[in-house]
Parts: sequence; structure tokens; C-alpha cells
Amino acid sequence: MKIAVCVKHVPDAAAPKRLDPRTNRLDRSVESALNAFDANAVEAALRLKEAAGEGEVVLVSMGPERAKDSLRRALAMGADRVLLLSDDAAAGSDLVATSYALAKALERENPDLVLFGQQSSDSDGAVLWAAVADRLRRPYVSQVAELTVADGCARGKRQTEYGYDVIDAPLPALVAVSDAINEPRYPSLKGIMGAKSKPQEVVSAADLGLEPERIGDAGSRTEVYALGAPPPRGESRKIEDDGNAAAQIVDFLAEKKLL
Amino acid sequence: MGALVFLEHHEGQLQKGSLGVLGKAAALGSDVAAAVIGSGVRAIAGEAGRFGAAKVYVADEEMLAAPLPQPRVDALAALIREHGFDTVLFAQSVLAADVAAGLAARLETGLNWDLVDLVDVDGRLVGKRPALADSVLVDVGWRSEPRIALFRAGSFEQSATDGEAEVVDFSVDLEDFSTAARMVEQAHEVAEGPSIEDADVIVAGGRGLGGPENFALVEALARALGGAVAATRAVVDAGWYPYASQVGQTGKSVAPKLYIACGISGAIQHKVGMQGSNVIVAINKDPNAPIFEFCDLGVVGDLHQILPKLTELVQARKDR
Ligand SMILES: Cc1cc2nc3c(=O)[nH]c(=O)nc-3n(C[C@H](O)[C@H](O)[C@H](O)COP(=O)(O)OP(=O)(O)OC[C@H]3O[C@@H](n4cnc5c(N)ncnc54)[C@H](O)[C@@H]3O)c2cc1C
Ligand SMILES: Nc1ncnc2c1ncn2[C@@H]1O[C@H](COP(=O)(O)O)[C@@H](O)[C@H]1O
Repeated sequence: MKIAVCVKHVPDAAAPKRLDPRTNRLDRSVESALNAFDANAVEAALRLKEAAGEGEVVLVSMGPERAKDSLRRALAMGADRVLLLSDDAAAGSDLVATSYALAKALERENPDLVLFGQQSSDSDGAVLWAAVADRLRRPYVSQVAELTVADGCARGKRQTEYGYDVIDAPLPALVAVSDAINEPRYPSLKGIMGAKSKPQEVVSAADLGLEPERIGDAGSRTEVYALGAPPPRGESRKIEDDGNAAAQIVDFLAEKKLL
Repeated sequence: MGALVFLEHHEGQLQKGSLGVLGKAAALGSDVAAAVIGSGVRAIAGEAGRFGAAKVYVADEEMLAAPLPQPRVDALAALIREHGFDTVLFAQSVLAADVAAGLAARLETGLNWDLVDLVDVDGRLVGKRPALADSVLVDVGWRSEPRIALFRAGSFEQSATDGEAEVVDFSVDLEDFSTAARMVEQAHEVAEGPSIEDADVIVAGGRGLGGPENFALVEALARALGGAVAATRAVVDAGWYPYASQVGQTGKSVAPKLYIACGISGAIQHKVGMQGSNVIVAINKDPNAPIFEFCDLGVVGDLHQILPKLTELVQARKDR
């Protein structure tokens, strides 16, 4: 079974995030890393491959050349190779443009199963798979907390507003996993060493035959007009535990007449 | 504005959030239509008239019984092609997000998500979107029609009027790939577990607890405070705690006097279920956790150290 995992290189969760006042978009020059939610998808793919005893796990990503560093971490976990679409012309792609580009990359790989993470931590969309699936004309299941693949069918258990659904999607299909599906493994030393020699193919928009007017800012159908004032919020206090936090919380609760 | 609002329904009830969005659309412009898609839904479709719809388009077919997104993309795309709506609005839900994104790709048009408001600025529609852990509000727009918008859960209250809607049936040709996925088991409300909606105090635990056994720490504090225990989706999905205790977009919405979040990062989908709490205290070892953006008291520290002491101190005060 060939499994593609869509992974994104995002500003590091620990790095302070800011919007670039020139573009009103996220400043992406800060320290970046693999989207933590995508590690769950990589882990799910590796477990499927291990259970089947055969197969290939390909990481598919659209992002800057620097994304190779994040991708190396996923290779170190055990993925086999990388297809990275990196092109200045693709920067600033919104949902319509990103889904077009990724769908083209996935078409080239033609995997049996495409996995996505729960959401990208920098945009919190949690929507990309639905757009990609429509372009690939394939069935999918989202928010999957338990995944099995058997008899040419992916079965996902997932939570909605009403409880848990179980949905079958015959392969070839797409599955977006939730952050509770597994505990991603840490790369072993051997994995880290081995990752250096795994293939990381970097392709341009032209290499994939993408129409230039359908990617990047030109291909995007949404825009950001302005940054407004932050929404009003009450006064907030922050303390660091120096062994005394419990007592400070009690004082705070007493002050608020909550005890 | 020729707006179309996707109305979600469950067990014979139109979903409140989508009725709220319908009301918002009606307040913005005159001609608002709604779409109700499912099986056995014709009877409830007319209801939408009371919440602002002038017309309700109904696709009522056995094939549409399961709440799966892909057939709904086919249905909405057909409606939009026929009637030329310039704006299509959704209330955030697991189903609606998938439908909205599939539709955006199908129609090659823009989708803005997580909006908390939509305003008309000199004839141009502008969406209001909180960003960066809600620390800033961004004005977003569309360069194409129809404009597709997904509103954050709970953005608008529904308000009933004495309006009436014309109900119009439509039929759908489904794409072959849209009927490939199959609902094997459909969710029904799981009632077991304590009710947390009425609690004055809630102590909530997340993945930072480290394991299901550590919910004992949260339960002990809740007991000392006379409160209830809640959980995040991450720990509910992992089987650490029952779904009935989950707070957030796909769980309960609560508004206690005090909400203590322990080992919870503060994802938007969790926030929407507890931001109405009077006082929020957060304990998290990561100083950059988003929860610190919207709590009244943020404590950077290890919950394993803090919770037992806190429980003891609260208990001691009570026994005094
Ligand atoms: C469509 C959709 C619907 C969703 N619905 C919901 C919903 O209804 N409710 C919900 O909660 N989520 C929901 N989510 C999931 C949400 O996005 C987050 O993934 C989830 O809330 C994270 O749960 P968490 O905070 O427990 O875990 P994490 O995000 O993993 O956070 C754990 C936190 O614990 C901290 N921590 C770790 N160890 C310690 C320690 N020893 N002491 C103190 N702190 C520690 C860490 O710093 C971290 O911040 C939904 C997501 C989607 C896409
Ligand atoms: N630029 C990208 N390249 C590859 N995969 C992506 C990219 N952006 C998002 N994804 C995938 O889509 C999922 C959902 O992203 P989003 O809809 O942006 O929240 C992520 O968890 C990734 O699996």
C-alpha cells in the first residue's frame, strides 16, 4: 500500500507569532517546525505500513525550501521519502490555491491512501482535506480518532457534535486524523542518521505543470484587508510557580469570592 | 445580497447555530434562502421561515440520509449554479466545515473560516476573524463569488419571528465519488455521565494530565470545590474520560462562575465551549500556551505539583 501524508512546515509553536503589517499575513520568518498535528498523521501511516509488512510512506508538502528541515524529522520517524513543492509563486496560497497545488502533487504520486493532520497550527482551518478530496474525486473521512484499513477500505471512528460516527471509505481515499489517534514516536538515533540519506525531491510549480494563475496570491480567492483592534478582554494576571502557586490561586479565588 | 444558508439538522431538529447564521443573513439583506438536505426533512424545512428565510430549498432523498459531506457539496453546487447565490454561509460544525471546503474547491471560490461576524462596508462584505489565539481581529474578504463563509460556533443567537418561507423541492444528481463513503454507525447523543452544564464550578483536565489515572487529581479538586469535572476532546477521543464531560465545539457549552483548566492548551475549539465562564484559571507548564491569552489567572507550572497542594488548601479552608 502506498500512503501519502500531507505535512506542513509552520512557525514553531514556541516562537512568538506576529502578523506582518505589510502583508497582514503571518510572519513566517521565525523559527519553524513540523506542524505538530501532522506528526499524528505520520505515525498513523507508519503503523499501517508496519501492520501490512509492506508499503511506502511519502511525505507531500508545499512550503519554502527550509521545510526540508521539518520534513527530515518526519523521515527520521520512519517515512520513506519527500515530495516538496517549493516555489515563490506559490507563497500566500489560500484554500483554493493550496488544494489545487497539493491535489496536483498527489495526482503525480497516485497513493492508495492520503493522510492529513487535524489542522495546521498556524491557520487552524481544519478544512484542506475536503477541498483536496473534491479535486481528486475521492471519498474521505475527517476527524478520525481510530483508523483501520482492511479489505481495500479505510474505516474511521470520529467525533461530531452528537457523539461518534463510524464511516467507511473505499480506497483510494483520504483520511484526516485527530490529535488523539496516537502518540507519535520519537525518532531513534538510527532513524535520525538514516533520514539524511532519504530522498527529498523538491519540485517547482512548473515541474508539476501548475497553471501560474491558479497558485499563490494570484490563485487565491480570499484576502486580508486590515488588522483591527484586539477584541476586548478583561484584566489578566500571570504567575510562575515558585512552589507557592497553590496558595496564590487560593488567594485569587478568595479575592473573587469564589471560595 | 443573494445569500444561501446551509441549515444543519439532527434527529428532526434544525441546528441552532445555523439558524443563528440565517438570522444574521436576514439582518444583512433581504433575499435570504436556506438549504435543507437530508432524508425525511421536508416537514422541518418550513421552520426556517421563522428564522429569516424567504425561501427554503429542500433535497429530501433516502440517498442523503447519512450526514456525509460529499453529497451535500453536489447538492449545494447544483443549487448555486441554478440560482446564482453570491454568498453561501455555514455555521461551524464537523459536517459544515467539510461541506464548505469541498464547495469552495468545486466552485473555485474563496472560503473564509472561523468568522465571528460579517459586516457590510459600503456595499462590500467584510468578515471578522480573530487570529493568533484571538489576540487580534482581522478583516477578511473575498475576490470571487459566491463568497463562502464559515462562522465560529455560537457567533449568533437565533431569533424567531412570525415569518414564513416558501418551500421549494429540488433534486440532486450525485457524483460517483460522492456516494463512495458510507456511514456504518451514526452518532446519537450519549446520555450517560454527569451533567456539567449547571455546575457553578468546573475543573477541566486535558492531555497535560499525562494519563487517564491522573484525572483523580482533577476530581479531587472538583470535589473540594463542590464542582464538576470536564475534559477536552483530545482526552475524550483517547478514552480517558467520557464524551458527556467534554467541553467545546463538539461537546458542551458551559458558563460556570469558575473554570479551572488543567493541562489544557486552549484550542479555539475548546475555547468556544467555555469562554462564557465568569472567571477562568489556567494551569499549564508552557508559558506560550494559547489558554493564557484568555484566562483571568494564568499559572505557569506543573499541574502534578500544583493540583494536590491546591486541593489540600481549598479543603483546609472549607474545614476551618
Ligand atoms: C472540528 C474540531 C472540533 C473540535 N472540538 C473540540 C471540542 O469540542 N473540545 C475540545 O476540547 N477540543 C476540540 N477539538 C480539538 C482541539 O483542537 C485541540 O486539539 C484539543 O482541545 C487539545 O486538547 P488538550 O488541550 O487536552 O491537549 P493539548 O493541546 O495537547 O494540550 C496539552 C497541554 O498540557 C500542557 N501540559 C503538559 N504537561 C503538563 C504538566 N505537567 N503541567 C501543566 N501543563 C502541562 C501542555 O503545555 C499543553 O498546553 C476539536 C478540533 C476540531 C478540528
Ligand atoms: N502547505 C501544506 N502542505 C502539505 N500539507 C498541508 C499544507 N497545509 C495543510 N496541510 C495538511 O492539511 C491539514 C489541515 O490543514 P488546515 O486545513 O490548513 O488546517 C494539515 O494537518 C496537513 O496535514
